[in-house]
Amino acid sequence: MTARAWDGIAAVGSGILFGVGLVLSGMTRPEKVVGFLDVGGAWDPSLAFVMAGAIGVHVLAYRWTRGRKAPLFTAKFGIPSRRDIDVKLLLGAAVFGVGWGMGGYCPGPGIVSLASGGTGPFVFVAAMLLGMFVTAKLEELAAASSDRNGQERAKVV
Amino acid sequence: MTDFTPVSSLLGGFLIGAAAALMLLANGRIAGISGIVGGLLRGERNETGWRALFVAGLLAGGLVLQLVAPASIGPSVVGFPLLIVAGLMVGFGTQLGSGCTSGHGVCGISRLAPRSLFATATFMAAGVLTATLLRWLGAVS
Repeated sequence: MTARAWDGIAAVGSGILFGVGLVLSGMTRPEKVVGFLDVGGAWDPSLAFVMAGAIGVHVLAYRWTRGRKAPLFTAKFGIPSRRDIDVKLLLGAAVFGVGWGMGGYCPGPGIVSLASGGTGPFVFVAAMLLGMFVTAKLEELAAASSDRNGQERAKVV
Repeated sequence: MTDFTPVSSLLGGFLIGAAAALMLLANGRIAGISGIVGGLLRGERNETGWRALFVAGLLAGGLVLQLVAPASIGPSVVGFPLLIVAGLMVGFGTQLGSGCTSGHGVCGISRLAPRSLFATATFMAAGVLTATLLRWLGAVS
């Protein structure tokens, strides 16, 4: 088998593990998510254990994996390297947090909850995909317009 | 109060961390769900295959647990209007802020990335404020 085929198998395997983990952890029960975020109410601290478990395993795996020159099936690691804290990052995170606290779904659990066949997850995911798509288009337009402005400035100079 | 489930939550967390580790070790990428789904919507060439397969795996994992333990995928806690607003905000916010609970919250914090630490603190705080406010307003069932 080719490395590309193994890469695909690993992606499916990672998705399955991730999906099972999200459901087992309680993240696909919006009442638990809201009960966790509502710290002044009838607080359910369970989801702190999800974060602790996931980060605990991933810290070890990250340190071990980054000692390698390359991943198993692709040429190089694609780890984000930006370190600047900008307005887009914080505004985006704040808007995401409000939506998360409102519906009790973040992206993964929303998608995995489609498996229940319920209309709630379907409505949430449809709106989320629309929001993602429109934002991606707006970012493309903004990038294209700043490119044009840059070229015009270059001409003037 | 919902039932306190430290053991299954911790085990679920281990699986999530292991899933992200497999993605990193095998193909060198961050298992950030909003990044993967957003990338699919942007239609970036040569990156569509593994992203689609990952999402298919997510759904397959959900289906298996739905069959084994139907109660583990719970009902929504707000009506359609709030769900739509929530979905739009999650979609917009995760693309503008380059990540969600998985990419920033798990993968980013695990490597102590400063952007992810700030993003996670921000969306946790916003989530806490929103959940608290909605309880006061009586909007959440």
